Amino acid sequence: MYDFAFHKPSSLSEAVALLADPDARPISGGQTILPALKHRLDRPSALVDLSGIAELRGIRREGDRIVIGAMSRHAEISRDPTVAAAIPALARMAGNLGDTQVRNRGTMGGSLANNDPAADYPAAALGLGATFVTSRRRIGADDYFQGMFATALEPGELLTAIEFPVPEKAGYAKMRNPASRYVMTGVFVARGPMGVRVAVNGAGPGVFRQAEMEAALAANWSADAVAGIRQSPDTLNGDIHGSAEYRAHLVTVMAKRAVLDAG
Amino acid sequence: MPSVSLTVNGQPHSVEVEGRTLLVELLREKLRLTGTHVGCDTSQCGACVVHVDGESVKSCTILAVQADGSAVTTIEGLAAPDGTLHPMQEAFREYHALQCGFCTPGMVMSAIDLVKKHPDGMSEHEIREGLEGNLCRCTGYHNIVKAIAAAQEVIHGRRETLAPAEA
Ligand SMILES: Cc1cc2nc3c(=O)[nH]c(=O)nc-3n(C[C@H](O)[C@H](O)[C@H](O)COP(=O)(O)OP(=O)(O)OC[C@H]3O[C@@H](n4cnc5c(N)ncnc54)[C@H](O)[C@@H]3O)c2cc1C
Ligand code: FES
Ligand code: FES
Repeated sequence: MYDFAFHKPSSLSEAVALLADPDARPISGGQTILPALKHRLDRPSALVDLSGIAELRGIRREGDRIVIGAMSRHAEISRDPTVAAAIPALARMAGNLGDTQVRNRGTMGGSLANNDPAADYPAAALGLGATFVTSRRRIGADDYFQGMFATALEPGELLTAIEFPVPEKAGYAKMRNPASRYVMTGVFVARGPMGVRVAVNGAGPGVFRQAEMEAALAANWSADAVAGIRQSPDTLNGDIHGSAEYRAHLVTVMAKRAVLDAG
Repeated sequence: MPSVSLTVNGQPHSVEVEGRTLLVELLREKLRLTGTHVGCDTSQCGACVVHVDGESVKSCTILAVQADGSAVTTIEGLAAPDGTLHPMQEAFREYHALQCGFCTPGMVMSAIDLVKKHPDGMSEHEIREGLEGNLCRCTGYHNIVKAIAAAQEVIHGRRETLAPAEA
């Protein structure tokens, strides 16, 4: 790792000012950026630690939405009674990604800013139709995700909170890579004020919606409704862990399990 | 150079570090607490697990400057001053939960956090899931799981002394 300056601002405005330097990077939980810096994939002039900023913390219900501060750690989200009551599938997801030590440090904001194709939260955010609140604006989930490690965030723009509409039902199922334990293929299904939405992660270069499954579940909310739908492997990832055809097959299997998980 | 003030095993320290200094480097190289091991340095093996403000973390994946102001506990801080082992250490000894011992400091630190978070006790399956972030190349995990299952009974006061391992 190359050396860098380290700043720990206590307000969002201070953080934004420090990140006006195009070579400065935010650090939340550090569970992705520190391994990347060890590999010298980047050479920031400064790291700006977001953990001291009160505006980025806290989980609360605001009417029909759950608002999760970007700096909320996975372990916090998994144990939070508000999340568990309103969106139990999201609480389970947070408690089931990475390992205990990663969950004790890693944050929702860091994961969604990074948008690893094999990460978990992108499926929940797209599947629930979340709104991304940043230091500049509000971005809908359908505009936020832009493919592999790409989001609508601009340089220097910080995620401050993610707002999830409370669904009637939501469920998630994933097949984990047996070595890295990241997502090989996952499916998040939700029904509620956002309509019926189905989001697929791990399988493609970025999280995407499965329109055919959405239509089938809107007509008939049951595992049988998606059992016969085949995902095309054409745009999916194939690698040493599994072919595109295998991942396409998993989309159907995980969709069935996600509907059962939602109940 | 940034300076970091933290307590380690109850002792206050102020140490000059670089921005990029990892917590594990501060512990091993500056404070000479070499009980915390580095197995992979890529956030996967858990040999480097310590407690920061009571939570288990991989000390190879947190900067020393991020731990400024924190209370850190390492494997060296578990036994009583008279040498009496922590119940988890005692259980690892009794159940022969180690072979080469390289993963052991991290296993013990993870196990203590895990037991603390499950006051009602864990099944064998839950213990195995809880150890996802700790790799062991020797034991096949069975005796580690048995040790933790036995230690949780003592730590949560359901037994006064450790159940002896079968001969
Ligand atoms: C062993 C291991 C296993 C893992 N397994 C999984 C898994 O199964 N599923 C999964 O989803 N994830 C997994 N992860 C990743 C983990 O969830 C990370 O915590 C997460 O991806 C990044 O969150 P962080 O808070 O650590 O972010 P950091 O590493 O601090 O930051 C990540 C990136 O986001 C930027 N950033 C951080 N915060 C903000 C913000 N508020 N606004 C804008 N940009 C920001 C940073 O500059 C950096 O580029 C794993 C990680 C490890 C080490
Ligand atoms: S040395 Fe830290 S996880 Fe392996
Ligand atoms: S005892 Fe050798 S690595 Fe676990």
